[in-house]
Amino acid sequence: MSTLESLCAQAATGKRLALAKLLSAIERGEDLAEHIPIRDYSPTQWKVLGVTGAPGVGKSCLVDRLVKAWVDEGGQVAILAVDPSSPVSGGALLGDRMRMSSVDEGNSVYLRSIATRNLPGGLPARIDGMLDALVFAGYSHIIVETVGAGQSEVRIIAVADRILLVEGPARGDVVQAEKAGVMELADIVAVNKSDLDGADKTAEDIRMSLQLSETDEGAPVILCSAHTGDGISELVEALAELPSARGATSARARERLLAAWTESLLSHPGWADALKAVETGEANVREVIEDLLDDRD
Amino acid sequence: MPSIGRGVESQPLAATGVDAPLRIVIAKPGLDGHDRGAKVVARILRDSGHEVIYTGLRRTPEQIVRICTDEDAQVLGLSSLSGAHGYLFPRVCELLRESGLEDIIVFGGGIIPEDDRDEMYGSGMRAIFGPGTTSGEMQGFLDEIIRRNSDGESDGVGSDSDWRWGSE
Repeated sequence: MSTLESLCAQAATGKRLALAKLLSAIERGEDLAEHIPIRDYSPTQWKVLGVTGAPGVGKSCLVDRLVKAWVDEGGQVAILAVDPSSPVSGGALLGDRMRMSSVDEGNSVYLRSIATRNLPGGLPARIDGMLDALVFAGYSHIIVETVGAGQSEVRIIAVADRILLVEGPARGDVVQAEKAGVMELADIVAVNKSDLDGADKTAEDIRMSLQLSETDEGAPVILCSAHTGDGISELVEALAELPSARGATSARARERLLAAWTESLLSHPGWADALKAVETGEANVREVIEDLLDDRD
Repeated sequence: MPSIGRGVESQPLAATGVDAPLRIVIAKPGLDGHDRGAKVVARILRDSGHEVIYTGLRRTPEQIVRICTDEDAQVLGLSSLSGAHGYLFPRVCELLRESGLEDIIVFGGGIIPEDDRDEMYGSGMRAIFGPGTTSGEMQGFLDEIIRRNSDGESDGVGSDSDWRWGSE
């Protein structure tokens, strides 16, 4: 049995260290297609929830609350918490864990901090494979918490079955809620920090905006507070009852394709040389891309 | 200031086998609210090109070992300014070995009196950094760890090597 095969076998029986090493292997580009099946996508029953929203709206604290609720129901919960890599040093400070203290005990929760490694779309290229591994290891609820880049962060629909958008009070006037972007793809919106002034007004603005669409009923908007616990049970209930995903099928397909394209570009044998050529000015971007494409067949 | 970010790419830890940053957990064990130093260290290591996971305050040794497991960390930095390092640091090292994490490299920092340090090293730690440590010195330690690893030396908490930073 190869090392990877043995790691897969151990991860499937709940060995956390094996799962951790498996995720590292996927992250560095090992091909596990032989050992780990691609997860099923069910239109009615979600497994992977993308949690997105601007920095500081309280995504991590809200996730902490959701995790507690699901574990109490007997769920096995995994979290991939994504934070940005430095474009200068390539390093990253992964701090989501400090806000999710409930995950460090018990055997029902697995949390892995991952850095974007400066990939486009705010998601690491190989996250799809990591999610397959978590489903394979038996997790019933899987959360991908994004970096929180904000409105344009739509790559998340390439990997998540449903999208929870977290908003907070005092995040701008009503026009903010009308802007195009992730708001249109959200399956549910949580307006966090309901203990602060202005949260109910924000929730109302978002509801109004979502209901303007004629073709669509609009995502549910739940007012809650990760700090006090108000509204959390309503949020958990609404998540359990989510109908099929709202995001346009075409947008989902487009993002899936872009994500897969990025990954295949990164695992192209000529990638490192291409990068060096552009960095040193030996070749321009167009020439390098043409070379890479020519090599492919 | 030496930057090991680039160096790491071309000189990976043998265990990872590929070009990748080190994954480093910075942890605060026990009842100790002083984390300015831990945060500065986390920032220095980030700027050196590594992926740093900060645990937050007041973690138990069991929780720290759990975090190192889940995160597949290669290096663990323990910080204590409470005076309880004499119990907490060796306890974390012991639990790491019991949990199959013999290969993880452990270093410490904070207020660790000279007289206590031999015991810390004896429990498997490879460096202790006190007040006044420069960022260059920490980077030098990691560079050395990476170099030794590529030479086949084992400095993990489960190894019986008596090498420590500054011992040569």
